[in-house]
Amino acid sequence: MSRRSHSDLKTLMAKASPLRSGDQLAGLAAQSAEESITARMALADQPLTRFLNEPLIAYERDEVTRLILDSHDKAAFAPISGQSVGEFRDWLLSDAVGGDALAAVAPGVTPEMAAAVSKIMRNQDLILVASKIRVATRFRSTVGLHGRLSSRLQPNHPTDDPSGILASMVDGLLLGSGDAVIGVNPASDNLQVLGGLVEMMADVIHRFDIPTQSCVLTHVTSSLALIEQGRPVDLVFQSIAGTEGANAAFGVNLNLLRDAQQAAQSLGRNPHGGQVMYFETGQGTALSSGAHHGVDQQTLEARAYGVARAFDPFLVNTVVGFIGPEYLFDGKQIIRAGLEDHFCGKLLGLPIGCDVCYTNHAEADQDDMDVLLTLLAAAGVNFIMGVPGADDIMLNYQSTSFHDTLYARRLLNLRPAPEFEAWLEAVGIADAQGLLRTPEPKHPLLQVLP
Amino acid sequence: MTDEVARLQAWRSLTQARIGLGRSGASLATRDVLGFALDHARARDAVHTPLDAQALDREVRDLGFDTVHVASLAHDRQTYLARPDLGTRLPPDAVARLREAECQPDLAIVLADGLSSQALRHAAPVLGHMRQPLLDEGSRLAPVVIATQARVALGDEIGVELKAAMVLVLIGERPGMSSPDSLGAYLTWNPMVGRTNAERNCVSNIRTEGLQPAAAAETLLWLMREAQRGSLTGLGLKDLSGLSTISPA
Repeated sequence: MSRRSHSDLKTLMAKASPLRSGDQLAGLAAQSAEESITARMALADQPLTRFLNEPLIAYERDEVTRLILDSHDKAAFAPISGQSVGEFRDWLLSDAVGGDALAAVAPGVTPEMAAAVSKIMRNQDLILVASKIRVATRFRSTVGLHGRLSSRLQPNHPTDDPSGILASMVDGLLLGSGDAVIGVNPASDNLQVLGGLVEMMADVIHRFDIPTQSCVLTHVTSSLALIEQGRPVDLVFQSIAGTEGANAAFGVNLNLLRDAQQAAQSLGRNPHGGQVMYFETGQGTALSSGAHHGVDQQTLEARAYGVARAFDPFLVNTVVGFIGPEYLFDGKQIIRAGLEDHFCGKLLGLPIGCDVCYTNHAEADQDDMDVLLTLLAAAGVNFIMGVPGADDIMLNYQSTSFHDTLYARRLLNLRPAPEFEAWLEAVGIADAQGLLRTPEPKHPLLQVLP
Repeated sequence: MTDEVARLQAWRSLTQARIGLGRSGASLATRDVLGFALDHARARDAVHTPLDAQALDREVRDLGFDTVHVASLAHDRQTYLARPDLGTRLPPDAVARLREAECQPDLAIVLADGLSSQALRHAAPVLGHMRQPLLDEGSRLAPVVIATQARVALGDEIGVELKAAMVLVLIGERPGMSSPDSLGAYLTWNPMVGRTNAERNCVSNIRTEGLQPAAAAETLLWLMREAQRGSLTGLGLKDLSGLSTISPA
C-alpha cells in the first residue's frame, strides 16, 4: 500500500489509530498491522493546516465542528503553522519546548491536531509531553498544581441512601481523598432526592470547613432545576461527546451547556471566579449513539475536549474503561486510551483527570489499573477517583480506591491540593509530614454519622 | 465489645461499600486485597463459564414447557464481548427451527445467557411462578427459547420468527463484584429488529440477595397485562407497580 493512498483524512486517522475494539466494531480499523503503521507514516507527513482546511465532520452539519473552527486562535497557532504532524511530535518532545510554550500554543491546537499527533506517539511520548503541562483550576481548592495529585471522592450508593453516602464520604475524607470534588452519581433522577444530596454535601463541607466542592452528577437540566430551587449547587455536571449528534443523544447542545454554566456562575459559590463546570467523557460514546460520522473514537474523544474547553471547566474526567470491551477490549487498550486522553486533554489546555477503571466483562483487572494509575500520576494527571475499596456498588464497575490515591502520592512524592493538605493537618487526619493518622473514634467527622 | 469496635461496626453497616478498610502503610491490608480479588474472580467466572443449556432445558421441561435452543451469530465468548451487534442476530439454522415452532403466541419467553450464565439459576423459579397464572388467563405460549451468546435484542428477532405479540427475555446481567448471578427481565411489545431499550420495560436484580423470583414474576405478570391493555411497552408504559423503564443504552 502506498503511503499516499489515504486520500480521505478521516479514513487515514482511523487506520493510523492504535488498534481498539470500538474502531473494529465501527468497521474503521486498519485491516493489518502493516496497514496501521503505514497509515501512521502517511499521517506524520500531513501538514497541520490540513485539519483546518478539511473538517472531518462537515462544518454545516455539526455544531462541534463549527465551535472548533470558529474559536481557533491563529496567532497561537503561528509557531507550529508550518509543521507536519510528525514535526509537531518532534517539537512537543524537544528540550526547547516547555510548559509555557505549550500553554501558549494550546488555543491554536485543534482537537483533530491533538488526536493526530497522539496517534504517532508512543506511550512514553504521551506521558513525557503531558508531564510538561500543568493546568491548575480553582474553586475552594486548587487542583492541578505541580507536585500535587487530587482525587474525586465518589461515595455512590445503589439507593442514594444519604446515610450510606455520608458513611463513604467520611471514610474517604479520613483517608485523605476528596480534594478535587466530592461527587456522587445518583441512582435516581428525582429532584427531591437530588436536592437532598446537594444539601447534605454542602452541609458537611460547610460544617467542617472543608476546602473542597460538591457535585451531584445528574443531567444538566436537573442541575438547572436544582439551581432554580435555590439549592447550593457548586459544580454543574454533564457527560459530553465529540459530535452534535452524540451530544443530542445525551440530551444536550452547546446553548444548553452555556445556560447551565451561567446559572451556576450566578450563584457565586466559587470564591475565585467562574470555573463551575464538571464534564465527563469517554472514547466510544459517539459510536454507541450512532453519531460517529465514520470518525475513529479517539479523535471524537479529543473533539469532546473541544466542547469542554469552551466552558472553562473546573474538572474534566475521562471515564476510560467504563464503556466496556466492545470499545476498549482489554487492559492494553484501556491503558493506551487513558494516556491518549490525558495527553490530548492537557495539550488542549484542560484540567483533566481520569477515572482509571474497567468493567467485569473487560479483559482487565486491578493490576492493569495499577499500571495506568502509575503512568498517569507520573504524567501529572490532575485527579483520579476515590471509591471505597475501588468497588463502586452503584455503577457496578471497578475504579481506584482511596488507598490507590495514597499509593500514588507516596510513590511519586505527590501531595493533595494545598488548601486540602492544610485542612487534613488542621483537623488531625494527617500529621505535619502529611502522613495519615489512625482516626480517633471521637474524631468529629465520625460523629456526623447517625 | 469496645465502644470503638461498636462504632466502627455501626458505621460499616450504613453501606455495602468497602469502607473502614485498614492500611498497610499507604496500601490495603492483605485480607482486603485478596477478598477483592476473590470477588472479581467470581464475577469473571460468571462472564466466562458457558451456560449449561441441557440442565436448564431439563428444569424448564420439568415445569411443563416445551423448549427450542438457538445460538446467536457470535460464535464464541470473545466475539460475543467484542461484537455486541452479533449477539443480537440469529444464524439461518436457528431461524429455521423457530419458524417450525411458530404459533402466533401471546408471549414468547427467551432464557438468554447474557453476561452471566450463573444468573440463569433464577430463571426456572421465575417461570415456575408465572406459568399457572398465564395459563389461567388463557395466554397462548410459544416454546421457551434457550439462547446462548445472546444479547437482550436477540429476543426481537426471536419474537419476529415466532410471530409473538410480546417477548420476555430473562438474561444474565453484567456481574457486579457482590452480585455475579443477577438476572434481568426485559419485556418488549410487538418485537421487531431494531427496537431500542426505551421501548422495553425492565425488571432487574433478580437474585437471592435482591428481588425474589416470586416478586419478579408478579411484577412481570402485571406489566404483561398492562402491555396487552395498552399495546405497548417502554417509556409509555408507566411504572405503577414501582418499576422503572430503562433509558436508551
